[in-house]
Amino acid sequence: MDEILTYAQAAPAETVSYATADGLLSSVWLLVAIPLVSAAILLLLGRRADRWGHWLGVAAVGAAFLLGLSYFLGLRGLDNKSVQLSLWDFIAVGGLHVDFGLLFDPLSGVFVLLITGVGFLIHLYAVEYMAHDAGRRRFFAYFNLFIAAMLLLVLGNNYVMLYFGWEGVGLASYLLISFWYTKPAAATAGKKAFLMNRVGDAGLAIAIFIMFATLGTTQYDEVFNGVSALAGGTVLVLGLLLLLGATGKSGQFPLQAWLPDAMEGPTPVSALIHAATMVTAGVYLIARSNIIFSANSTLQLVVVSVGALTLLVGAIIGCAKDDIKRVLAWSTVSQIGYMFLGVGLGGAAYALAIVHLLAHGFFKANMFLGAGSVMHGMKDQVDIRRFGGLSKYMKITWLTFGAGWLAIIGMFPFSGYFSKEPIIAAAFEREGWTAWLFGGAAVLGAALTAFYMTRLFVLTFHGPKRWTEDIEHPHESPPLMTIPLILLGIGSIGAGWLLATSVPDWLTATAGLTSTEGHHDAVLPHWAIVVLSLGVTVIGALLGWYLFRNGTATEPQPAGVLVTAARKNLYTDTVNEAVFEKPGIFLTRALVYLDNRGIDGLINGLAAGVGGGSGRLRRLQTGFVRSYATSILTGALLVVAAFLAVQAGWLA
Amino acid sequence: MTELELPPIDYAAIAPILIMLGAAVVGVLVEAFVPRRLRHPVQLPLALLAVLAALTMVVVNADKRVITIGVIAVDGPTLFLQGSILALSAVALLLLGERAVERGGAFVAQAAVTADSPEDRRQAESAGGAGEVYPLTTFAIAGMLIFVSANDLLTMFIALEVFSLPLYLLCALARRRRLLSQEAAMKYFLLGAYASAFFLFGLALIYGFTAGLGDRASGVDFATVNAAVANSTASPVLLFAGMALVAIGLLFKAAAAPFHVWTPDVYQGAPTPLTGFMAACTKVAAFGALLRVFHVAFEGARWDFTPVLGAVAVLTMVVGALFAVTQTDIKRLLAYSSIANAGYLLVGVLAPGSEGLSGTMFYLVAYGFTVLAAFAVVTLVRDADGEATHLSRWAGLGRRSPVYASVFTFILLAFAGIPLTSGFMSKVAVFAPALDGGQVWLVIAGVLTSMVLAFPYLRVVVLMWLSEPGDSTPTVAVPGAFTSAALVIGVLATLALGVVPAPLLDLASSAADFVR
Repeated sequence: MDEILTYAQAAPAETVSYATADGLLSSVWLLVAIPLVSAAILLLLGRRADRWGHWLGVAAVGAAFLLGLSYFLGLRGLDNKSVQLSLWDFIAVGGLHVDFGLLFDPLSGVFVLLITGVGFLIHLYAVEYMAHDAGRRRFFAYFNLFIAAMLLLVLGNNYVMLYFGWEGVGLASYLLISFWYTKPAAATAGKKAFLMNRVGDAGLAIAIFIMFATLGTTQYDEVFNGVSALAGGTVLVLGLLLLLGATGKSGQFPLQAWLPDAMEGPTPVSALIHAATMVTAGVYLIARSNIIFSANSTLQLVVVSVGALTLLVGAIIGCAKDDIKRVLAWSTVSQIGYMFLGVGLGGAAYALAIVHLLAHGFFKANMFLGAGSVMHGMKDQVDIRRFGGLSKYMKITWLTFGAGWLAIIGMFPFSGYFSKEPIIAAAFEREGWTAWLFGGAAVLGAALTAFYMTRLFVLTFHGPKRWTEDIEHPHESPPLMTIPLILLGIGSIGAGWLLATSVPDWLTATAGLTSTEGHHDAVLPHWAIVVLSLGVTVIGALLGWYLFRNGTATEPQPAGVLVTAARKNLYTDTVNEAVFEKPGIFLTRALVYLDNRGIDGLINGLAAGVGGGSGRLRRLQTGFVRSYATSILTGALLVVAAFLAVQAGWLA
Repeated sequence: MTELELPPIDYAAIAPILIMLGAAVVGVLVEAFVPRRLRHPVQLPLALLAVLAALTMVVVNADKRVITIGVIAVDGPTLFLQGSILALSAVALLLLGERAVERGGAFVAQAAVTADSPEDRRQAESAGGAGEVYPLTTFAIAGMLIFVSANDLLTMFIALEVFSLPLYLLCALARRRRLLSQEAAMKYFLLGAYASAFFLFGLALIYGFTAGLGDRASGVDFATVNAAVANSTASPVLLFAGMALVAIGLLFKAAAAPFHVWTPDVYQGAPTPLTGFMAACTKVAAFGALLRVFHVAFEGARWDFTPVLGAVAVLTMVVGALFAVTQTDIKRLLAYSSIANAGYLLVGVLAPGSEGLSGTMFYLVAYGFTVLAAFAVVTLVRDADGEATHLSRWAGLGRRSPVYASVFTFILLAFAGIPLTSGFMSKVAVFAPALDGGQVWLVIAGVLTSMVLAFPYLRVVVLMWLSEPGDSTPTVAVPGAFTSAALVIGVLATLALGVVPAPLLDLASSAADFVR
């Protein structure tokens, strides 16, 4: 510990420090408290809150947004733009001190605005979307709980607080995926999400233990100041475990399989939790821990590889899916792959990844809500083969979804162009052949994205009608749903440019997000990359339009090897089953056998022995006074004899 | 003829004893002069008031540290134990005085009627209960108060008889199953007299041993015994034989193996409220005396008595736990549990220093409240013939009376030593000082037997909740106000001492210092 402190003092340039929050910022805890209290009220009041509960939920998030905005503005005047607020000693056992503290800095600030801003719009949308659901109050309680936990996750000033929020969002996600718990698919999906997240969470937990064991602390500033003194191997293990946690929460390879199944939850849940906010927690974790990741180049290579692989896997599977929400879910997996690629590249690319994250939050939420609006008008149909021609019936949904579509494929001048293209460019800035590898993957991903998103858009809104017989006139959704759509649609158009020009500067104030590394030249000139990425995007989109302009068959068609594999999620589920599930079941059976025969046998034998002994001894208790007196006399003689023996020194 | 010089008397210090003795005498007079139907309404408040007055005096005396009349030591342990006895007695009196559950209460009107004769059956059905129960109980309480404060073996012996004789009588007064009750009283009396003889013989040997002190007169007060242990020139055989015999007399009352044999029969035969009284208060008195004798009088021989009494403790735990496993009667089960608890208490007695002392005192209070609550529930589970104590009759009680089954489950968990109950805290309170004192073997035996003992407790829980109620499953009587009060106090104390034990533990620690 002393050594680390000395080191930290010797290198003041590297020291991370946070100012203490005062004034308006000292009430930053309200951000977490308001939605939490609202959730508690909604859960505790039960049916009495059914009539107005949803509005309380909306108001709580709205209030949190306004507060967040004012804190955000309050941060501008400060020197290092980072304040922390220690509320109380959370855990104080022996050498372990964990602060219940909050940190409000540019990074957590933009997350707060995303969570509460997009969250507010989605809450508003859900008021109408869930209007006919008997469990609407419960839904809003869980939704508020999620907001509180997510805010805690991004606001904590140490890893234990982050873990606290991490588990909280996991819980809320589980509750909301299986919100319609009477539906077996929803219940199973909830379980799957929970279990796969557990794998990641275990990694995060072990990483926190390692921090405590090697650094003696889990506070961000102390960990970041101490990490350069750690052995390279320790940093690598620490980083890999953090990455495992991040892949679990963000649906990245190899823990991606739960995210598409999570679409069993209500659509606003998919929009908020499984597209805009929670699934980006992994990106937040890596960005927050950038000092750890930057300390080891192998670690960065692993992160980049995970990102590149996942963005391709997600895009390929997305091409083969027919369920509107699952296509969007796989595209989320793929887009978060881009973000991982960004944070893995390190240096200036951290900020690019965050920009893409924020922009993605807007356009993906927009498209999910659009999908919800389509389902709303189409009697909960989710199969894009049974849509078509909806542009005439749902003008607002069509236009906003279109904005989202153009944004995600990265078309100039929509949002995605400004956020994704820089990441592609950054991927080409690596040294040697890896630049071609990762740059190529990013470009290929862009082409695939353009293809499958165009397929989704064309099949849904254009071409011939392929509706099921029971639908005559699909209707546009009511204003409470379309207003959030319009606002998010505007975000999909404009947010990218706005964010790309302001956020990177703003984020430089966050610890470690300043690029200090030497700048590599890209293997291609920048204009070439722009042309390349826009070119493949246009080609992909045109191909999608050309193939699907006349609609598609309403039943699955026989397909080649690649499409079949993509339909089966590239066999990742099969691999999971063979590698983890089967041996797991076998191990469980073996342990049960050992427990039944070995351990239980021993215990049961002992118990039988005790019982038998007791039964036999019981006969000593005859009920006759004479035998009692004899037993007392015998005992007395023995005690006296023992005392005398002690006195004589025999027992000494 | 010379004027007899009386020693100065500190009346305030012995006020609790005087109050209880006075109340007992008044109780006898009430029995003689007050009309029959008014006796119960007068006697019960009288006894309760006396207990409360005595308790008040104990609190007033809280800071007193004196030896008065040369034979009564009023110090921290005395006051703590007297306070415990009085508090537990108050709860026990509520149970003894309950007349709503059974007509006329748990005690018979006339003990001399031949058991099981037609007349006896008639009085079991309809006649009121005997009022003598209250003065007898009050005498017993007074005896216990003297017992824990006696600073001299002879006083201790007299106190032993003062509290034992009323108990022998009370055992015989059960309204139902009179033969069993009378048999229990007879056994208790015979074996109690037998044990008293051991005590008295030991006393004589100790007296002989103190004769070896050159510079002071021989005697059986603890200061003299203590000095003799260090300096006497007499044969140490006298000391060790005497110490063994005195210990046997006390261990008999404490129900330690192998002197426990009376316990199951007496606990089963005695009227249940009285069983509760004995299990709670007699335990406190017996262990109070053991603490004083071994911490004050024989302190110097600690290295000699610890292994022997340790062996007794282990044997007691093992016997209590093993026998409890196959019991089929709830009262006998609780009797064996009480025996095992005597073993755990002995661990505390043998732990050196004041932590062992305070731990033992805490254990006594905690166990007393729990066991009173347990017997209170037993008085409620009944059918037309009185209490249904056979365990097979308790099957499915959870379905019939979930509230009482839950309460009893809680009590059993407390006996088993589950955290958040007083049972856990009290085991910690006696085992921790024993571990610190290096008596690991006692603690290992304690933990192992606790595991065995958990089985019979949990068996009852399983029986109550997981069995289908049969035709013979009795109902639970609606308790009267007194039993309810006793039950509530017992359960609340069990919970409170498990959750916030610190105040009582602190009190016990501050009281854990004998005046010598």
